[in-house]
Amino acid sequence: MAEPGGDPGRLPSEGSEPGGESHRPQQLEAGAASEYQEVWPRSDPPGGLGKRGIHRSLTPMQYLCHPQGAEETSYKQHVPDINFSQIYALGQDSHQAQEVSVYQTYPLGTQEPRGAYQTYGGHDRYQAYEREHGPYLPHEPGYGLYQPGYGPYDDLTPDPEQRMLACQNAKAYLLKSSVTSGLNLYDHLVNVLTKILDEQPTDPVDIFENISKDLKAAQFQKKMDTLRDEHEILPSFESAEMRRNLFLKSDGGDEEREEELGGTPLPNVMETAFYFEQGGIGLNRDETYLIFLALKKLVSVQPVQTCRFWGRILGREKNYIIAEVQYSEGEEEEETEEEEVIDEGDKRMDLVEDEDEEKEKSEPPKSTYKPPPVIPKEENGTGANKYVYFVCNEPGEPWVKLPPVTPAQIVCARKIKKFFTGRLDAPIVSFPPFPGNEANYLRAQIARISAGTHVSPLGYYRFAEEEGDEDEEGGGGRDDYEENPDFEPLSAFEMVESLSTWVHHVPSILKQGRCVWFNPLQKTEEEEGEEEEEEKEEVPDELQQEIGPPLLTPLSEDEGIQNIPAWTASLSPKLTPQYAVAILQSNRWPGAYAFACGTKFGNIYFGWGQKYSLGNHTPALPPPVQPEYPDGPEIREATDPTVEEELAFKAAQEQKALEGMEGEEEEEEEELEDGEEEDEEDD
Amino acid sequence: MEAAALPAALQLVASGDTGLSLEKRAALGASLLLLQRDYRFERVWFWGCIQGVRGTYYIAQGLGPDLAAPRSRLYSLNCAEWSLLPPATEEMVERAELLTGRFQGDPSFEYAYAEVNAEDDENFQDDGKELTIKEENRLVATIEQIDRAVGIIPRRALMKTPLGSVHENRSFEGLSLTEAKKLSSYFHFTEPVNLKNKTLLEKADLDPSTDFLDSLEHDVPQGSWTVQFEKGSTVVVLRSLLWLGLTFYHVPMTKQYGYIYCGTGEKNLDLPFML
Repeated sequence: MAEPGGDPGRLPSEGSEPGGESHRPQQLEAGAASEYQEVWPRSDPPGGLGKRGIHRSLTPMQYLCHPQGAEETSYKQHVPDINFSQIYALGQDSHQAQEVSVYQTYPLGTQEPRGAYQTYGGHDRYQAYEREHGPYLPHEPGYGLYQPGYGPYDDLTPDPEQRMLACQNAKAYLLKSSVTSGLNLYDHLVNVLTKILDEQPTDPVDIFENISKDLKAAQFQKKMDTLRDEHEILPSFESAEMRRNLFLKSDGGDEEREEELGGTPLPNVMETAFYFEQGGIGLNRDETYLIFLALKKLVSVQPVQTCRFWGRILGREKNYIIAEVQYSEGEEEEETEEEEVIDEGDKRMDLVEDEDEEKEKSEPPKSTYKPPPVIPKEENGTGANKYVYFVCNEPGEPWVKLPPVTPAQIVCARKIKKFFTGRLDAPIVSFPPFPGNEANYLRAQIARISAGTHVSPLGYYRFAEEEGDEDEEGGGGRDDYEENPDFEPLSAFEMVESLSTWVHHVPSILKQGRCVWFNPLQKTEEEEGEEEEEEKEEVPDELQQEIGPPLLTPLSEDEGIQNIPAWTASLSPKLTPQYAVAILQSNRWPGAYAFACGTKFGNIYFGWGQKYSLGNHTPALPPPVQPEYPDGPEIREATDPTVEEELAFKAAQEQKALEGMEGEEEEEEEELEDGEEEDEEDD
Repeated sequence: MEAAALPAALQLVASGDTGLSLEKRAALGASLLLLQRDYRFERVWFWGCIQGVRGTYYIAQGLGPDLAAPRSRLYSLNCAEWSLLPPATEEMVERAELLTGRFQGDPSFEYAYAEVNAEDDENFQDDGKELTIKEENRLVATIEQIDRAVGIIPRRALMKTPLGSVHENRSFEGLSLTEAKKLSSYFHFTEPVNLKNKTLLEKADLDPSTDFLDSLEHDVPQGSWTVQFEKGSTVVVLRSLLWLGLTFYHVPMTKQYGYIYCGTGEKNLDLPFML
């Protein structure tokens, strides 16, 4: 224990006892160090350079001595007074009395810090310190602070002017506002400490962060941007929802089960896709599965007999997924009846109009132009309209039925070459003008592709009972074919080797646009004629009956394009031929594929829907300019004769009449009458 | 497309006629890596396939560190053994443009010139032999034409250094959905042609390190690209209508992109009629 040196109330001066140094600082520091640690665990050590200027008025020793008297700008200093005073009591006898006296002035744990301030504020702190505390020893932090040249940091900020400047800089830095929140540290600390001192919570040091945060939150700062970000609804969400609906059970769950037991029209799309995948053809499996489910939905909605995934046609904006469907018997008839009713209604209207027209008298002469007879489309269920096609853009969307195809559309589709846009109602702007919109064009292309590229292994289909009808129909072709129960599949290798092992099972489309030839000249000229009977008539003079290749002709008869064969056959995969699948690629319709493996076969189309043409596409030229009416005297223009000329002509005529009066009076009179009539009309 | 990303990419791009069976894909996975080792490429792209009448050519490209340098091209008939193709010259490209029709599928097949112009008389050899082009050269020229015309990359995927070399932009995070719909976010991956013709005002908005290529916006004829969102709007797929069979895919907001050509190798000259 150091002996008290000098006046215990006096601050240590330079001449303080060395003896007193050792103990006091040690204990003080030892204890105080720990105190320091506790009290200021997170802040800078007191007397730190940056803050030194501010706390100049209150040195760390002052903090130690007057915990309640600390200024707001000081650090938090919840100093457990009791411990402190004890330490002091231990460490400094000389101070003890003074300390006690000091502490007594400010009762421990006072609830009225302001009072303390006030009483304290009366003194200049330095002087109070000076008077009340003993001399500091050089190693103590507070030593010589107020004595120029002897402070521990004097060498760093020697000049009071500079210290002032540093103090101002530091304060300015604290006053700098933040960009993001608009607060500055100085004000915020002021507010925090004011709040703490106002409310005097217990253990404020532990809840200091919360106090700070609450204060910040309480500062109502108006957000400059009052618009809230709307949650983006991506288009992918809608399509995802559509696809998810495919997976949900529909209402007719029980009915579906019955159908499945009894044989379903739903094709095994995945199995077909597997075989095509061996050849590298097809969409990826997820898409195929979605298409499978979409087909299932179609089958459950429409009364279909057979259904098949026909393929996918790419378009400019959207793609088409196409399903080929064959209706069961009942459905078809309803639709044809509707159409007939419409036709008959039109015919009646036409009749009425004709009668009205004939009654009118002065009308321009009727033109003798008869447009070429419209070739009627084939019945639903036969020929090119054997199958009905449904399309949709994406699996999950509702299926749309395509209208049946008419020969005129097929003929026109052969002449134009257009990309699909993906919208069924888009117009087709082309020359020759296509009769219909994109839905019709799509249907026409599907018909052409089917007729050209749907093939099956030889023997898979065979004709229904042969009746020897070949002669009658002029080889028009037999429509009926059925599956051959005695089909013996050839190996894939043989299928690939020669094209004669494949046959077409869809009738080809004639030039006329139909599969079965229709004789338009048979049609009577009135429009009252009913539906025509086709075939079995003598060949008229002008039109020759068109004959296409008969059904079930092998592919080896297909014409190639210049030196390119119509089909390319390959075995895939190549390295394991014993399990390979025979794949056929069409060169005339790029994108059409067929496979055969054992007893299974399939056709599919993936492409843009265009036929392969070697040269450049030359669109049809407009028809030549029609000749005008021949220029003859009967239509030659001449100036009308004037009245004088007419009178002169009349006079001349009369003279002639007078001269030739013998036996020609009647004729002359007639001439005169004619002349008068002419005169009248001319006038 | 990148060889490493091939399986995933093929899933995204499958438009039905990619012509890559499982066998081929498996073979590619192995042989492309070996190509990288043997030829010391920095990266290997699987370019696609050209379908001939009797066989199909599978094409791969190898690139060095500078992506703008001329690329090496290799072809294979079975995806396992690769042969290097000669580099394309202008003359080769010009002569190949005269040929029409499909590829035969045999690299040594020789095409005879069908049309002879007055200018070409000079090229006739003395013994009156007609000019022939080997299919290999036609293949090289076609690949070069396709790359020049329709090889595309997304904007900001590649960066040009001040020294002139082009390399991948590591901070490319993918195009956003709105950007992916616009044609101006895709660039032709060849020497720019239209860039110099832009007005100063337009050039001021460009960033020279990323906007150093032509964009697709001003391609003639307009409408020769189709932009579609597939797989429920998760992938944006661009298809060229000029060279039917070129498909470019990109998954927005990710780094995945690439293009592949699977077709007959013929330019669609009827495009103006078909739009």
